[in-house]
Amino acid sequence: MITQSDSGTHYDLPDARGHFGPYGGIFVAETLIQPLEELREAYEHYRHDPEFIAELDYDLKHYVGRPSPIYHAERMSREIGGAQIFLKREDLNHTGAHKVNNTVGQALLAKRMGKRRVIAETGAGQHGVATATVAARLGMECIVYMGSVDVQRQSLNVYRMRLLGATVVPVESGSKTLKDALNEALRDWVTNVDNTFYIIGTVAGPHPYPAMVRDFQAIIGRESKQQMLELTGRQPDALVACVGGGSNAIGLFYPYIDDPAVAMYGVEAAGDGIQTGRHSAPLSAGRPGVLHGNRTYLIEDEDGEIMETHSISAGLDYPGVGPEHAWLKDSGRATYVGITDDEALVGFHALTEKEGILPALESSHAVAYAMKLAATMRPEQQILVNLSGRGDKDINTIATREGMVL
Amino acid sequence: MSRIAARFEALRNTGRKALIPFITAGDPVEEFTVPCLHAMVQAGADIIELGVPFSDPMADGPVIQRASERALIHRMSLRKTLGLVAKFRVQDQTTPMVLMGYLNPIESMGYREFVDGAREAGVDGVLTVDMPPEESNELIALLDAAGIDPIFLLAPNSTEERIRRMGTLGKGYLYYVSLKGVTGASHLDLTEVEQKLADIRRLCDLPIGVGFGVKNAEIAGAVAKFSDAVVVGSALVGRIENNLSRLDQARADIVEMLQSMRRAMDAEVAR
Repeated sequence: MITQSDSGTHYDLPDARGHFGPYGGIFVAETLIQPLEELREAYEHYRHDPEFIAELDYDLKHYVGRPSPIYHAERMSREIGGAQIFLKREDLNHTGAHKVNNTVGQALLAKRMGKRRVIAETGAGQHGVATATVAARLGMECIVYMGSVDVQRQSLNVYRMRLLGATVVPVESGSKTLKDALNEALRDWVTNVDNTFYIIGTVAGPHPYPAMVRDFQAIIGRESKQQMLELTGRQPDALVACVGGGSNAIGLFYPYIDDPAVAMYGVEAAGDGIQTGRHSAPLSAGRPGVLHGNRTYLIEDEDGEIMETHSISAGLDYPGVGPEHAWLKDSGRATYVGITDDEALVGFHALTEKEGILPALESSHAVAYAMKLAATMRPEQQILVNLSGRGDKDINTIATREGMVL
Repeated sequence: MSRIAARFEALRNTGRKALIPFITAGDPVEEFTVPCLHAMVQAGADIIELGVPFSDPMADGPVIQRASERALIHRMSLRKTLGLVAKFRVQDQTTPMVLMGYLNPIESMGYREFVDGAREAGVDGVLTVDMPPEESNELIALLDAAGIDPIFLLAPNSTEERIRRMGTLGKGYLYYVSLKGVTGASHLDLTEVEQKLADIRRLCDLPIGVGFGVKNAEIAGAVAKFSDAVVVGSALVGRIENNLSRLDQARADIVEMLQSMRRAMDAEVAR
């Protein structure tokens, strides 16, 4: 179930050392080489192990609540007057986002590898919550690193993690956000490699993480292929998903890569606008470099120092992006676009008011772009949007931004 | 023969071990660095590791992270670091100089431009923490052609196969990371390190430096018994951090610490 089983597939990246063209790879200090090799071997073994796959499938069905439905946003589509918009409802998963697909998988792997301590980085807190959730269930010690700036702006998720028994460690170094949380998690891992499993939350990091996280998230696209066929008799003309690190997008895109009739759009956070420099859009406005164990597009200054990013959505506020997206961009297979904070809020309100669904601010970027794209297409065409998370966690941010006092 | 190899040969002939201090370029201000490097040589340094500041120093503990942050506030960079090396070389043409840092500033500058600039400035070795040999063919080839030693890290969990490969690809010396952790951590196990170094020596011929966790003269002396070089970083950078408003004192403290390490190392080896 974890392998891309659809026949006729030719796309077979990454290579044995984790390269997607010039991107990806393993760029870490020597102490992490051996644990990454151990992880790669374990993952290679268990991804083909029927017992592991059966346990994962069981958990995804009975704990996460999969399959997540696809919903036809008919009213919204009609009012736009263009293509039909369908939503893959990852927001209905347990813990409220796609992140749990990956943490369930990695935690089962950690259990099989005999690691009783898991660590994670988190930005908005969604991956931290999803990690703390599976750690609670499996009785594992859980440490979550979170930039101190994010700890302040996502206090609700910090409390959720603590309720779940996790230790949340505020990170005070650098810009005190997601990238620094990742640095600190890597430092923890290098110090405690013998008993610790690092659950990375997105398709970044050194090999095998980008491929492994993709494989765990690819259930999104595999289900979609089946569901779209059942629902509409065919596959969509376009896929749309938001891209921070890019795990929900790659989860949807991956099973469609060898189907050239399906266009793929990744939506980055353009923040205040690409031209202002205050954004989180490395694919749109960055250049290739090396960070957090892989080569990919980065937002950096002329000296190669990583720059601070901005997005209204903490989950997209990251200066890098998964290396497979870098490759899909360069190869032309996927198109990457930007949506500003203001545009994302338009998407948020539209979906809330027209369909009664509150999308996460991350997912609102995808919704906003899908609305633009739909308007350029014909009513018999179809767009599938990955609604990667629900918006309850963002209510305070939106209220404050719009001058409301709750 | 490179300046680094020549230095190790000279040390072997006199029965001494190399003392390799590390500070971060431009910490806390650019003007501090070159005079401090000269003072360190005076105090007994054989080779110098000069840290290139980076915004995301994943392998470093809090002390060296903060050194990077202090240097980056006034926009210290790889290019400016090369400038400092060139300035150091005006007075000192003999002490080997190794740049230690992360890959992205080098990628950003471009491999060829970096290697050319490093050669012109008088850099002798380059240690890139997050670039294992599997990813470094292109850079190694350029460094080799320029006569600059690529220096690799070895860790407690490096396999025999990797140790052999580093022994072949690396030049100058190998840097053994004495513990699983970040720079400046505190749990160096001397017995374990000595055993591992014996294993490494069976697999390769390069001199071996030991770093991460060398906090004082006593540890430096103990490590010198079985290593070829002792690397000290966080302990020195901590002296800078403690004296940010009186940098003369910072330099005096660094000199004092290096002198005491020098004495301890020479005494241990003479024993």
